[in-house]
Amino acid sequence: MLIKRKSADVQRGRLQSALGGLASGVMDRRSFLRRSGLVAGGVAAAGALQIGSVRKAEAAVYGPATGTKVVKNICTHCSVGCTVRAEVANGVWVGQEPAWESPINRGSHCAKGASVRELVHGDRRIKYPMKLVDGQWQRLSWDQAVSEIGDKMMEIRAKSGADSVYLLGSAKFSNEGSYLFRKFAAFWGTNNVDHQARICHSTTVAGVANVWGYGAMTNSYNDIRNSKTVIFMGSNAAEAHPVSMQHILTGKEEQRANVIVFDPRLTRTAAHATDYVRFRSGTDIAVIWGLMWHIFQNGWEDKAFIAARVHGMDDVRKEVAKYDPKTVEDITGIPGEQLKRVAQTFATVKPATFVWCMGVTQHSVGTANVRAICTLLLATGNVGSNGTGANIFRGHCNVQGATDFGLDISNLPCYYGLVEGAWRHWSRVWGVDYDYFVSRFDEVPAKGGRAARTRKQNMETSGHTSTRWFDAANLPAEQVDQKDNLKAMFVMGHGGNTIPRMPDAVKGLEKLELLVVCDPHPTNFVSLGGRKNGTYILPICTQFETSGSRTCSNRSVQWGEKVVEPIFESASDYAVIYKLSQKLGFATEMFRPYEMVQGKIGLEPTAESILREINRGGWSTGYTGQSPERLKLHMANQDKFDIVTLRGAKGSPVENDFYGLPWPCWGTPEYKHPGTHILYNTALAAKDGGGTFRPRFGLTRERTLPDGSKVEDTLLAEGGSYSLNSDIKDGYPEFTMGVLKKLGWDKDLTPAELATISWIGGNTIDNVSWSTDLSGGIQRVAMEHGCVPYGNGKARANAWNLPDPVPVHREPIYSPRVDLVAKWPARPDERTLRIPNLHTSVQKAAVEKGIAKSFPIVLTSGRLVEYEGGGEETRSNKWLAELQQDMFVEINPADAAARGIRDGSLVWVTGPENNSKARVKALVTERVGKGAAFMPFHFGGVFQGVDQRGNYPKGLDPIVVGESVNTITTYGYDPVTAMHEGKVTLCQIAAA
Amino acid sequence: MARMKFLCDADRCIECNACVTACKNENDVPWGINRRRVVTINDGKPGERSVSMACMHCTDAPCAAVCPVDCFYTTADAVVLHNKDLCIGCGYCFYACPFGAPQYPKVSNFGSRGKMDKCTYCSGGPEVDLSPAEFQKYGSNRLAEGKLPLCAEMCSTKSLLAGDGEVIAQIYKERVVKRGYGSGAWGWQTAYRETITI
Repeated sequence: MLIKRKSADVQRGRLQSALGGLASGVMDRRSFLRRSGLVAGGVAAAGALQIGSVRKAEAAVYGPATGTKVVKNICTHCSVGCTVRAEVANGVWVGQEPAWESPINRGSHCAKGASVRELVHGDRRIKYPMKLVDGQWQRLSWDQAVSEIGDKMMEIRAKSGADSVYLLGSAKFSNEGSYLFRKFAAFWGTNNVDHQARICHSTTVAGVANVWGYGAMTNSYNDIRNSKTVIFMGSNAAEAHPVSMQHILTGKEEQRANVIVFDPRLTRTAAHATDYVRFRSGTDIAVIWGLMWHIFQNGWEDKAFIAARVHGMDDVRKEVAKYDPKTVEDITGIPGEQLKRVAQTFATVKPATFVWCMGVTQHSVGTANVRAICTLLLATGNVGSNGTGANIFRGHCNVQGATDFGLDISNLPCYYGLVEGAWRHWSRVWGVDYDYFVSRFDEVPAKGGRAARTRKQNMETSGHTSTRWFDAANLPAEQVDQKDNLKAMFVMGHGGNTIPRMPDAVKGLEKLELLVVCDPHPTNFVSLGGRKNGTYILPICTQFETSGSRTCSNRSVQWGEKVVEPIFESASDYAVIYKLSQKLGFATEMFRPYEMVQGKIGLEPTAESILREINRGGWSTGYTGQSPERLKLHMANQDKFDIVTLRGAKGSPVENDFYGLPWPCWGTPEYKHPGTHILYNTALAAKDGGGTFRPRFGLTRERTLPDGSKVEDTLLAEGGSYSLNSDIKDGYPEFTMGVLKKLGWDKDLTPAELATISWIGGNTIDNVSWSTDLSGGIQRVAMEHGCVPYGNGKARANAWNLPDPVPVHREPIYSPRVDLVAKWPARPDERTLRIPNLHTSVQKAAVEKGIAKSFPIVLTSGRLVEYEGGGEETRSNKWLAELQQDMFVEINPADAAARGIRDGSLVWVTGPENNSKARVKALVTERVGKGAAFMPFHFGGVFQGVDQRGNYPKGLDPIVVGESVNTITTYGYDPVTAMHEGKVTLCQIAAA
Repeated sequence: MARMKFLCDADRCIECNACVTACKNENDVPWGINRRRVVTINDGKPGERSVSMACMHCTDAPCAAVCPVDCFYTTADAVVLHNKDLCIGCGYCFYACPFGAPQYPKVSNFGSRGKMDKCTYCSGGPEVDLSPAEFQKYGSNRLAEGKLPLCAEMCSTKSLLAGDGEVIAQIYKERVVKRGYGSGAWGWQTAYRETITI
């Protein structure tokens, strides 16, 4: 029955009379709109809806039902971070209203955001814990499930080691959940902990951080309103980040901006572009160097910017010289004139920004792709100011936060790495003895010609990546660089259809002794393969059923309040991690710092207390100023922020702050740093959100001159480049106690700060740095002198410690242009993160077998607006599922005609590995070029033509199922992060 | 008195379908009934444009003209509503409507298609405003609460505008001036044969 609206006091009957009776609350809303500047006339009004000329209130009669409360949370889908305004009555989420006050979405949503209410009503949610017994699902109590899982984990640990249990986390965790899960991995004693960033932007994070310091979006969605030129490459924001398009399209109108889309498909984003450039998948570096060739040729580069703030551009110049228009056209297929026009626009119509997504990152040269784009931005001086920057649109609602908190095989929270200093830092923050953590890790025996590793060495060695978890289960033990093969997967919030080579994944699943799937909906991990025993499903609630903070793509941190209690028997991530830690015997130590409250399945820590611990330790990334109180204040005052600058209005409680205190937010919360809206922005003072490039690659670098003599180039900024009001008018290294002493600034430290620094440093107090000083004193003193705590360095166009220091074009592993493979081959075989990475062997074999002849169509993948990620959650939502009911492949009319394929008919798509095949519908369209095909990646539940609905527990199968594109996609891994090559492979298509 | 209108700015519409799911969310519309949908023309080709469509609440509504039981009525706000108690599910309005707005719960060549359902401009029906009966038959009545249809309020790019015709026309005019090129409104080219480069 109707629980939505109050039914009392209704006497007027007809609509007309009702219109006369607007409640006073309604009038508040209108005046609120005016206050928030949404309808402030002129252009501002253009972006807003007005309430029209509904007659004014005469008496207050109608309002929301009595007892309805409004709770604000954040959409759990993409990384834009739209505020969701939920109306809750009697513990039920009864209505969703636009959150006009949010400076990010201003009331708007996409199809997913407008349907999130369904998530907490969903009848396809997992109701209670279950396990698979001889192919049948059985109900379990929480206690029994956790007890059995814990026992099995301990058994595997005793037999094969801690590294044999893979901990796969999620970008759907809150920041606090991510941090807790990483901490859990540390207590368990493994670095085999990962999440979706591996498969979306791991190459971005590694690439960008290796160019200028931090691996994140430099500006914000809102800031794109300032851009005069916007390039999208491998990004279809109209489907993947729809609400961001509000800012981009408004900016395009107001600035008359050029919007240029590079993509193998004419996407929905391209439909709104001023210029669309089609190119062949997997030739990104050739495209970028092709643009750079014109820029250097015509002297369009920003010479002053390069001289002051960039190292190694001359090395790039040498490489770029090889990419003349003819070569580039041959590789990429882009006409030379078009590329020249775009190059000129990007370099001269400034400010210009570059947006990229998985079209760039998911390649066997992903990290190099990213660095090439960064170099283009540096060469044109388009970093570190309004309207510029590397605007990397991330995928999930908290993938930035989960990355920041080290759900990553090579990092502790906040990018401290895995070195001893990092472990000691977090041991201090956690109040646990460093040696305890050493004792938890495996000793790795010598095998396969590799040396043995001690516990300490293993603790400092990066883990195994999620892109190849099944290789760690399937490969001979000798090839896997850890104590034993993978025996168990503990998966919290991660789909099973999101990485290539699914036929291999099926084999891997069959090898696992234990598979635990913790999710609101049963994921593809549950349905894939023929497991009969040893699989557990634990019901986890969504972020709408718990509280916590999440970091959107632009680094703003937003607090979400619990809307309703977890439904059915589901529990929060916090509760489940606590319960499992209890079973495994380290809960007391791990949870000592937190405030514990009673939850549905036992005690659980409050998100606030976890965030306070993050604030005590997250110095390196500036996660120290975002206290729960400050974040909640921002959520309560969302309407006080400017929608372009994101600055809090004068006179408001959030005066001067940037919305969501985007990291780095230096110092303690009491220091009131406003956060950093735009990274590396020298136009602002350090304590006002300014910054510089981070010198993290040394202070000087030796260079050999043509005559054989050597010179030392500085890696610190030069030529008067420093952040506003800096006391040091030159480049400077990161701040340590030693540096403070040299400058004589150590006297500015308070006695309390000095005491903490002495406690940390002991005999080597000079080594205590801005990132290990738990008092925040070093950061405070540096900023008081106008300096950025991490130093003032140069970005580098030559990342000498990475494979291909200056990026070079390399043909994809499965290339359609066999003739180009000889000149532009893949990298030689190597080992990447614990296992072999056979770039050349696989590429060579493909050429020799004539794969390009038998599989002539280039296949790429991407998003649909209605679904997200592996799609189990969104395909179970009836409002979304209705909109996309079939998995399909987009094929060009010419290719379709040659194969006798009609639009809407069924086809078999076959891939070059494992005799893979998928039965899907054909969508014949010019959206893809001739010789190219596209498949969305959200589908699962059908495998190689066989429906797998029966593998789901009864009634929990998603409404829509379909073949996964990753059944077809193939081998190919980035040498730095093991990112898979999901965006380019070959396939054949035939009528079914 | 206001004359309530929808206007979809085709230069802004990105076919994200927020309007569709917002409508479902707000009005609890069942599977298979689409009060609103997004139509894309030139799909996948240069010049692709999308436009969100629902009942346009016509001034002289053709549905009302053909209805044999006269179940349609126009409110003082110029919203076209209908009475489900009178509707016989004949389907004439479906044939009359140029926008394909009327929806039916049953598919049938002969006999009743069930009670017709369509966009109510989030303003309920002839039942008592904000009553349970109204919600069950017609969905929510946001207009009675002083709110606009949720589809427009939640539009991702502020493409779909709703409100008094004069006000939204003014918003749209300001946008066109800002953009610096011809109307750009969907249908403009058909109506005026003006070449527009975007």
